Amino acid sequence: MSEASTAKHVSYLDYKGRYKGFLGWILSTDHKRIGLLYLYTMLGFFSVGAILGLLMKTQLIAPGYTIMGPQTYNALFTLHGIIMIFIIVVPGLPAVFGNFFLPIMIGAKDVAFPRINLLSWWLYVIGILIVLTSQFMGDGPPDTGWTFYAPYSFRTPTNVLPAVFGAFVMGFSSILTGINFVVTIHRMRAPGMKWLKMPLFPWTLYGTAWIQILATPVIGITLLLIVAERTLGIGFFDPALGGDPILYQHLFWIYSHPAVYIMILPAMGAISEIIPVFSRKTIFGYKAIVLSTMAIAFVGYFVWGHHMFTSGMSGRALFAFSFLTFLVAIPSAVKVFNWVSTMHRGSLIMQTPFYWAVSFIFVFMIGGLTGLVLGSLATNVHLHDTHFVVAHFHFIVFGGTGFAFMAAVHYWFPKMFGRMYDANWANMGWGVFFIGFLALYLPMFYLGIMGMPRRYYDYLPSFHGGNILSSLGAWVMVAGLLIIFINLVRSARHGQKTSEKNPWNGRTLEWQVDTPPTLFNFDEIPTVTKRPYDYEE
Amino acid sequence: MLEHRDDQGAKLGMWLFLFTELLLFGMLFVVYAVYRSMHPEAFRIAGEELDVVIGTINTVILLISSMTVAMSITAIQKGDKKRALQLLGITLLIAIVFLVNKYFEWGAKFEYGFYPGAGELAELGYGTILFFGLYFFMTGLHALHILIGIGLFIYVIAQVRKDRIHQEDYIWLENTGLYWHLVDLIWIFLFPLFYLIH
Amino acid sequence: MSEEKTHIVPYKTQVAVVAVLLVLTAVTVAVTRLEFGTLNTLVAMLIAGIKAVIVMAWYMHLKYEKALLPMLVTGVIIVFLLVLFVTFFDYSYR
Repeated sequence: MSEASTAKHVSYLDYKGRYKGFLGWILSTDHKRIGLLYLYTMLGFFSVGAILGLLMKTQLIAPGYTIMGPQTYNALFTLHGIIMIFIIVVPGLPAVFGNFFLPIMIGAKDVAFPRINLLSWWLYVIGILIVLTSQFMGDGPPDTGWTFYAPYSFRTPTNVLPAVFGAFVMGFSSILTGINFVVTIHRMRAPGMKWLKMPLFPWTLYGTAWIQILATPVIGITLLLIVAERTLGIGFFDPALGGDPILYQHLFWIYSHPAVYIMILPAMGAISEIIPVFSRKTIFGYKAIVLSTMAIAFVGYFVWGHHMFTSGMSGRALFAFSFLTFLVAIPSAVKVFNWVSTMHRGSLIMQTPFYWAVSFIFVFMIGGLTGLVLGSLATNVHLHDTHFVVAHFHFIVFGGTGFAFMAAVHYWFPKMFGRMYDANWANMGWGVFFIGFLALYLPMFYLGIMGMPRRYYDYLPSFHGGNILSSLGAWVMVAGLLIIFINLVRSARHGQKTSEKNPWNGRTLEWQVDTPPTLFNFDEIPTVTKRPYDYEE
Repeated sequence: MLEHRDDQGAKLGMWLFLFTELLLFGMLFVVYAVYRSMHPEAFRIAGEELDVVIGTINTVILLISSMTVAMSITAIQKGDKKRALQLLGITLLIAIVFLVNKYFEWGAKFEYGFYPGAGELAELGYGTILFFGLYFFMTGLHALHILIGIGLFIYVIAQVRKDRIHQEDYIWLENTGLYWHLVDLIWIFLFPLFYLIH
Repeated sequence: MSEEKTHIVPYKTQVAVVAVLLVLTAVTVAVTRLEFGTLNTLVAMLIAGIKAVIVMAWYMHLKYEKALLPMLVTGVIIVFLLVLFVTFFDYSYR
């Protein structure tokens, strides 16, 4: 037991286990270290993805060839999508903050299967490496878009196989994380923490984990079928052999729509953590938020056809999917209402996490409402495959998951690193980023309505003005990102040290453990009596 | 590392993994359903190319292997190591026989020139191409799972022999059993859909 | 966990189960040789479903587990069937 007693007093960052140094990190089964491994990997690849986006926007600053031709542009938006979707936002908050904080927030010493947790990260990394080979092999990087639509995805000579196979491997990472989290939440909650005493971030991780388990296999089999098309010519999606390309789209979106709920539910969970703390007020409608989380996870399985309104589906399918899409918007609206009601008559603490959380609500609403515009059949016919769609999903995914991720990182940063970031630089970074974000994406709504298509390296001269604003916005936004990242990275290593357990006066378990946490989080597993967010002293 | 044993948790985890397999194969059944609804006659005629006798034999032995693995768990629970090993041995043998049957079945198809999406197949109608594409892909993926099962049984048999799986700790055996039953369940649905369309 | 009493399924039960499964297999083969038209597939799937439930209940131990597992299994099967159903909104009405 002597190892355990040393572990009690050493921060997880300094703990020396079986392996030393770098190996001690990449072979660690400590959920906190694994969370950081994901964070660092994602930081690296997000930067690559952002640079790709910036290059695309630079190409689009003027009509015609600016810095690249069509083939390069197609390869760029494909890789940008693959990175941002599969490497960043799908693992997203669960991989980083779920891994780091789920056990602590429910009063556990680790997740249910720590070794499988490490395997998840390794599969993620291996998947990434396989995807990267697609960029450098002889036949050229894939140009299909991250959606790999048939029949082009099996007719194009480019390196679709490794890209698709890499995504397949990453899918296993997601599935194993989902399994780990469901079992952890079912089996390892501290005594007294009944389901309805569990904080909201773990609740959203639970809903998300179910989607990871039930939806990811669908993309798994779909990608395998693309492999079968390319290698065997099996014919399921090939009209020349009797196959239906629309069936590919069904299979693809049966995963990829629930996938967006994997992206957004934990984001909403983080916001639900932050708003009560910075409003000094208990969350409004805890049960409604729990129910709406489960409702979104469930109904979200049945709306996938709204990505396919112009594909050639039957009229009945069109009606059904549009109706279900409107239905799924309701629980999301419930959450927004509850967040705003929490803030109402609260004592607002104006600090960095709160700025991110409030701006999240703003951009998420724009994203969500424009989703209804797209979910409506008549408008969709006009807007499908235009820049309106690009604006919508960047508002809801980048605005949603991205802003929430930033909020979460600034909220949990002191606990994770035992250091504080510079608040002034953080706020300035937020401001510059936010302005750039709006300048980059708002014009796209207009451009889309006026008819500018997506995934083209060129456009009509009438779209030039909007594109100038948008492309300049991209540069401003990236400047904001630089400020934010440099601040965070410097502060993690050289920032003001702190051992303050509860800098924000939070009411959930992670604010009762050491800063930074020790290896096993708790000296003794606590018995929980209060509900979370209890500010009614 | 933390030592913490939770057999119920491990079992729950295994069931969750089985759910992923259900969805994985489930989507292939969706593809089957779609194409069969589009080409009912062609599927019916193509189905008659398959050998009902081999299919039925495979179904029967796989069901028996589910029984033997379930019985092996009972044996371990009773502390009867010898019987457990016998039953696991039979299960493993059945798995191998299944694959051998598959090998002959597929071999016969290849002799006709039926390869997935190629050979003589490409000359025939859409429905036939799709039927055989689905046949090869689904039974192929199923066979891959049988192969993985064989690997698992070899491991489990070794663990039982070394007394690492025993009366007080047999969750590995239980979970392998669950996996094997899933493989059986998939075949329970594959069999009528490919071999018994009349 | 060691505090729970482990339920041991008797050998006899397991043999009885396989007998039922084999009978149902024979029934499936026999039934599909008769001409029921489109009903054939429905009957075959129904029998397959019954066999599946039997395997899950006795061999996979669901009959003896706490309520959570059978509920989850049922839920997942329902989700899958709904996905199949919704997909046919497209294919049945083209």
